[in-house]
Amino acid sequence: MQSTRRGSPWTGLGTVIAKETADHLSSARMRILEALVFLTALAAAYAAIRSIRATIGESPFLFLRLLTMAQDPLPAFIALLGFLIPLVAIALSFDAVNGEFNRRTLSRVLAQPIYRDALLLGKFLAGLLSLTIGLCSLWLLVIGLGLLLLGLPPSTEEMMRMLGFLVATIAYGGVWLALALLFSVLFRAPATAALAALGTWLVSSLFWSFLTDIIAALVAGPAEGVLGPRLAYLNAQQLIDRLSPNTLYAETALALLQPQTRALGPVLISQLQGAVLGAPLPVTQSFVLIWPQLTGLIAATIVIFAIAYVLFQRQEIRA
Amino acid sequence: MADPIIRAEALTKRYGSNLAVDHVDFDIAAGEIVGILGPNGSGKTTTILMLLGLTEPTGGRAMVAGFDPLRDPLEVKRRVGYLPDQIGFYENMSARDNLAYTARLAGLSRREIDERFNAALERVGLGHVGHARVTTYSQGMRQRLGLAEVLMKRPSVAVLDEPTTALDPHSTHEFLDMIRRLKADGTAVLLSSHHLDQVQSVCDRVALFNRGKLALTGTVTELAGRVLGGGHVFDVEAHGSEVPELIAGVPGVVRVQPLGGDRYRVDCRRDLRADLARHLARSVDLTGIFFAAPSLNEVYARYFEEAGDAVY
Repeated sequence: MQSTRRGSPWTGLGTVIAKETADHLSSARMRILEALVFLTALAAAYAAIRSIRATIGESPFLFLRLLTMAQDPLPAFIALLGFLIPLVAIALSFDAVNGEFNRRTLSRVLAQPIYRDALLLGKFLAGLLSLTIGLCSLWLLVIGLGLLLLGLPPSTEEMMRMLGFLVATIAYGGVWLALALLFSVLFRAPATAALAALGTWLVSSLFWSFLTDIIAALVAGPAEGVLGPRLAYLNAQQLIDRLSPNTLYAETALALLQPQTRALGPVLISQLQGAVLGAPLPVTQSFVLIWPQLTGLIAATIVIFAIAYVLFQRQEIRA
Repeated sequence: MADPIIRAEALTKRYGSNLAVDHVDFDIAAGEIVGILGPNGSGKTTTILMLLGLTEPTGGRAMVAGFDPLRDPLEVKRRVGYLPDQIGFYENMSARDNLAYTARLAGLSRREIDERFNAALERVGLGHVGHARVTTYSQGMRQRLGLAEVLMKRPSVAVLDEPTTALDPHSTHEFLDMIRRLKADGTAVLLSSHHLDQVQSVCDRVALFNRGKLALTGTVTELAGRVLGGGHVFDVEAHGSEVPELIAGVPGVVRVQPLGGDRYRVDCRRDLRADLARHLARSVDLTGIFFAAPSLNEVYARYFEEAGDAVY
C-alpha cells in the first residue's frame, strides 16, 4: 500500500542529536576511549617532537613531521589515529539501534511525532559530532604541544594541510560509524554487532593487503612480467586496495602530510620528465591529489548509511 | 455515536502469507474506554501499531483524531499517547530527563514541559522521586512514569498496552482509577489487557480479537447476551439436590453453573425471576434470587470454548 507521508522527515532531528551527543560525551565508554586515544596520540607526538628538535633546521614542515614521524617504540601519530579512530567510531554506534530495542525504548520514542529517518540520522550525526569534538580537541592539543615544545608557529600551508587531514580523519571515522550503525540495525544483540564491526575492521586493517595481492593476481595475472612489474597487476591491486577505507585514509594522510608526495599510484618514467623530485607540491595540488580518496570516504559513509536506513525502515517496531 | 475519534475500516495487515489483522472495523468515541482483548497473536498489538502509524496497513484505512496514520503519522502521534507493554526508559537518566526528551520530541516548549511535568508526576504519585534516576525505579513506578508521559502530552487518545501486568493489587487499583480520570478528561482510551476483570471494571465497551479478526464488540452485557445466551444473569440461592435440574427445566434458561454452597449462576434469555421463583418455591427451600452482572471472564472463556481455536 503506497501513500505519501506528510510532515518533515527531520522533525525532532535536533532533539535526537542533542540527547545522543550528551549521552556520548558523558558516557564512561567514551571517556575511556578518549583517554586511550589522547594518551597514545600525545605520547607519539611528544616522542616525535623530541626527535624533531634534534634536526630542527632540516625541514620546512616541522608541524607536519610532528604527525608523521615515528620514534621507537611508538608508531607515528597518524598511524595510531588510523588504528584507533575505527575503534572509537565502532564504540560510538554498535548499539545505537539494537540498544533501543533491548531497552524497549524504541516504540516509546517512535510513538512521538518523529519519523524513523530523524532517529537514525540523529544517532549517526550525534556520533559524528562526538567524534569531531574529540578529534578537534586532539588536533588543538597537538598544535599547542608543538607550539610549546618547538617554539615555532605552524605556517599557513601547514595549518591548511593539518585541517585537511582533520577533515579526512572525520570522514574516515564516519565510514566506521556508519558501518557499526548498520550492524546495530542488522543484529539485535549489541555484542554480535560489535563483533561484526570489529571483525570488519581487523580484515580491513590487517588482512586486506594480503587479500588484495591474491585477488589482483587472480584478476590481472602475475605481478612480475618479463620486463619487470606489470602495470595491469599494479592497477588491479590498487583498485582493490582502495576498496578499503584504511587505504583511502592512508593515501590521504600521505599526500597531505608529506608534501613531497606527487602521485598516489604507479608512476611511469615518462611521467616524471621535468619533475623536480623531492620538491614539495603546493597545498592546492595536494588537495587535488587526495580529492578522489576524500570523496571515496564520504561516498562510502553515505552508501553504508543508506543501507542501514533502508533496513531500519523495513523493521517492525514492537519493542 | 458522535464523530468517532478512532475509526478503522477493513483494516488489514499481512506479513507474507500470515494474515495478522483481517479486515477489522470499529469506531471509538471521544471519552470512551474500550478494552481490546484476545489471545497472544490475535492481532491486538498490530492493530494498535497501525493506529499509531508505527506500521503500515496492507489494506483498509484508519482515522485517528481526524488524521490518517498512514499519511499523517506525525499529526496522529501528536494527539495519541502510547504506553507500550513492558515500557523501557533510559536508565542513566532521571525520570524528568526521560520525560523531557519525549516531550521535546512531541514539540512541547521548555515552559510547557516545566508546567506539565510536575502535574503529571503528582497525578501518578511519583512527585517525590521525579529527579531520581529511572534505574532506581520499580517496575510499578516505571508503569506510572509511562502513564505520566502519556499525560504530559494531553492526548485525545491514550493507547495503553498491558499497563497493569507488573503491578501489585493496590497499584493496579490506583492505576485503573487514573485510567478513569483520563476518561473524565475526555480522552478516549484503548486498553489492551489479559486481565479481564480489570477490563470489565473500567471499560465502556470491549473488542474481542481472534485470529486477526474482530470477533465481538460491544458492552459486556451485550457480549454476554450473544455468547452466553440472553444476557440476563441471576444468582439463585436454594437448598436441595434437585435444584440444578429444576432451574434447567425452566423455559428460557440457557445455562446453570454451581458457584459453591447453595448458590447457582443462571444465564437466561429474558428476565425469568418470577418463573424461577414459582418453579423452585414449590419443591425446594428458595432463599433468594439476585441480579448478577455477566462476567467478562465467562464470556471470554465461553467464546473460545466454542470457537475452539484460541492460542493461549
